[in-house]
Amino acid sequence: MSYGDSSIPRRRFDSLVIGAGGGGLRAALQLAQAEANVAVVSKVFPTRSHTVAAQGGMNAALANVLPDNWHWHMYDTVKGSDYLGDQDAIEYMCRAASHLVVELDHIGVPFSRLDNGKIYQRPFGGQSQNFGGEQAARTCAAADRTGHAILHSLYQQNIRAKTHFFDEFFAIDLIKDEEGYVLGALVLEIETGEPILIEAKTTLLATGGVGQLFRTNTNARINTGDGLAMALRAGIPAQDMEFFQFHPTGIAGKGMLITEGARGEGGYLLNNDGERFMERYAPNAKDLASRDVVSRAIYLEVREGRGCGPQGGYVHLKLDHLGTEVIKKRLPGIRDTIMTFLGIDPVESLIPVYPTTHYTMGGIPTNRFGQVVVPLQQSAEEPIPGLYAVGECACVSVHGANRLGGNSLLDIVVFGRAAGNHIIDFLKENRHHRAMNQEGVALALERLARWEKRGDGESVDELRQALQSAMEEYCGVFRQEDVLQQGVDKVLEIERRLADVTLKDQSKLFNTARIEALELENLVDIGVATVVSALARKESRGAHSRTDYPERDDEHWMKHTLFYKEGRKLDYKPVRTKPISVDSFPPKKRVY
Amino acid sequence: MRFSIYRFNPEADNEPYMQEFDLPDVNSEMMLLDALLRLKAMDETLTFRHSCGEGVCGSDGMNINGRNGLSCITPVFGLKEPVEIRPMPGLPVIRDLVVDMSQFYHQYRSVKPYLVVHDPEPEVEYLQTPEQREQLDGLYECILCGCCSTSCPSFWWNPDYFRGPAALLQAWRFLADSRDQATAERLDSLDGPYRLFRCHTIMNCTDVCPKGLNPTKAIGNIKKLMLKQMT
Ligand SMILES: Cc1cc2nc3c(=O)[nH]c(=O)nc-3n(C[C@H](O)[C@H](O)[C@H](O)COP(=O)(O)OP(=O)(O)OC[C@H]3O[C@@H](n4cnc5c(N)ncnc54)[C@H](O)[C@@H]3O)c2cc1C
Ligand code: SF4
Ligand code: SF4
Ligand code: FES
Repeated sequence: MSYGDSSIPRRRFDSLVIGAGGGGLRAALQLAQAEANVAVVSKVFPTRSHTVAAQGGMNAALANVLPDNWHWHMYDTVKGSDYLGDQDAIEYMCRAASHLVVELDHIGVPFSRLDNGKIYQRPFGGQSQNFGGEQAARTCAAADRTGHAILHSLYQQNIRAKTHFFDEFFAIDLIKDEEGYVLGALVLEIETGEPILIEAKTTLLATGGVGQLFRTNTNARINTGDGLAMALRAGIPAQDMEFFQFHPTGIAGKGMLITEGARGEGGYLLNNDGERFMERYAPNAKDLASRDVVSRAIYLEVREGRGCGPQGGYVHLKLDHLGTEVIKKRLPGIRDTIMTFLGIDPVESLIPVYPTTHYTMGGIPTNRFGQVVVPLQQSAEEPIPGLYAVGECACVSVHGANRLGGNSLLDIVVFGRAAGNHIIDFLKENRHHRAMNQEGVALALERLARWEKRGDGESVDELRQALQSAMEEYCGVFRQEDVLQQGVDKVLEIERRLADVTLKDQSKLFNTARIEALELENLVDIGVATVVSALARKESRGAHSRTDYPERDDEHWMKHTLFYKEGRKLDYKPVRTKPISVDSFPPKKRVY
Repeated sequence: MRFSIYRFNPEADNEPYMQEFDLPDVNSEMMLLDALLRLKAMDETLTFRHSCGEGVCGSDGMNINGRNGLSCITPVFGLKEPVEIRPMPGLPVIRDLVVDMSQFYHQYRSVKPYLVVHDPEPEVEYLQTPEQREQLDGLYECILCGCCSTSCPSFWWNPDYFRGPAALLQAWRFLADSRDQATAERLDSLDGPYRLFRCHTIMNCTDVCPKGLNPTKAIGNIKKLMLKQMT
């Protein structure tokens, strides 16, 4: 097997979208409907993307159940982000939300319904009426299969719009030219093992999150942060990587998610004394406080000896008082999951839960048009021509230091559409493909060729497990200086070991071992970015809790981290505190 | 626990063969996917698709002791030994347990699986009563795993003509949607001896669906609606 020369097949499109989750498909739909010639590349068949797993729903101030408006939603999101979110992007998202949910209904998403025929909404964590008042009900749901419903409908509409799909193609690296334009990407056809070059005037990364960086997580095996690592290798910094969300209610020891919607429907948490302990940590919001708050509370309960089970290693989620009817109608998916993986029925039993890695708040820095932006001569946020990013791989940043449940499905459709629109404008002004950079192609091919090395070495599987354990141990929910420092050493050692890993499977045909090797390289790059960023941030904010710096420090740290792969350099840029049209929400102490 | 797994790499093997594996330390919590991943850690060349690990993405349909299912939600305990694992039947094998699903997807796309509305769009959501919405339960949850269509004898013999249970379930999903306005076109396109009427109600599809869906019933509903429209 050899990838020596540059005579590899080429395909040319106006626009390339890498990733067929909700973010990529929403953008592709916008482009295809505008009659741009668009190619979507995905390493799995589109409906297998991880958006399919989203359960609880998507936020929009429709006010179908309780009074609501977008400005309250904006307030909650800014507060939820622990004031690290960019308020222009948050305003844009919350204003657009209702329209986008209606649009999803119009393209076929089977939302659950209220008696009056409108879309069903449920309460979720961190939601309030009137800027911090009573609980709101803002999450639009299709039972507890909202992601599935949205992803399938978006794929279906793309079939209708005749979007060109490259299913089971793996993107390896971006190709850039000397002037910094992005020219497309080198991708690998998984079935044949052959690389091809896809040239495009614009490239959109929508490759999803990196939950696989940690051992216990709610994410699919494919969530390895490929797009983010591609950006890092292309010299683009990763933003705010120290912020990973730990979801309070993963199935203990296994990680499968029990949606926050379960608490939204009235479920609550109990410790071993049968106490509803969230009342102590968040007297108002209780079990529907923000996720970072609830996760930390569970940890503390367990650490202080009030955990349940033989080892006292988890707490209980109680749903049995909701009644069979509510559980069957509103939470059928998690009931299936609980019965399959625990062999118990939530209609009658308590569910063992524990925090588990869930969501990547950090990512590729973008503005609210989906353009990838980096600090250059002129400003801290200059667009890279031709490159866009949306969804969980991007950091726009609407989630800041802590994402609110139900805001990610919103994020992906809002910014997927916004990026689509911006690309349409870009294409009007950039009518021609630029000359290909052969050197760039050769470099990307080298990345593939590296895995032709034979001989005895550590396996991909072993090293991945070592990385996942190290991240969990040294960079988990609670962090402190010396432990993080050890974490950096560990992860850098893993980076060195990576050079000696070899593949036993050298076949070209559908070689999943090679795909996993390429994914591992990506995970390692992101692991380094994460521990290094976490070590540097000497404060506690949102999901980043430092036991040695327990307070938020707005004076020194209300700023975004930027990590560069080259030299593992850190830089910072200010939070965009100025919204588009309304007044800024200044930082306040965050209580629930 | 003993496994017997279908192996075939056209690049290296002249013909498919069954390989025996022995896996120690199998426990009652383990799903078949966990077992396969451990076998893959021992032999990297063993090839299969998987992703979510919880029965929602539809990647890992395979034939387990003669019956199609998803490995990630099939507990290993209780499976008869050696556990015989083969690719889903009736589709071309790419490698080991990985099949080429093009025909399956093609049939899915052929039923125009998307909502069609001709009226101008209102600025708010289309109203739909909870009862109307309930008609979609048991239909929209399909994860396109292919377990049903690849258990269907009619699909094995006529994969080019017969839409197969998964695609027909989706055809009915849109016919059953109170928001959809393309009933006549949808029914027209299913008319003729093959696309719909090759189904002989053998029920294999409904038996195996890992999501508990019922394509046979959906097919029956389409047939009923056709008759109703004709009279
Ligand atoms: C279990 C679970 C439940 C959730 N529930 C909710 C919820 O109720 N509400 C909410 O708002 N959010 C929820 N989230 C979060 C939300 O689902 C995700 O953040 C969101 O769906 C991400 O969408 P995406 O389009 O960015 O990426 P994904 O859907 O992850 O898609 C990534 C795409 O990129 C492709 N890709 C990746 N790498 C490559 C490569 N190298 N080459 C080619 N293609 C590649 C993949 O094939 C895939 O198509 C949940 C998340 C999880 C894990
Ligand atoms: S009921 Fe119809 S579709 Fe289902 S297996 Fe039998 S012939 Fe195939
Ligand atoms: S109907 Fe069931 S078996 Fe058939 S593709 Fe859908 S989920 Fe799979
Ligand atoms: S791995 Fe997703 S359904 Fe089995």
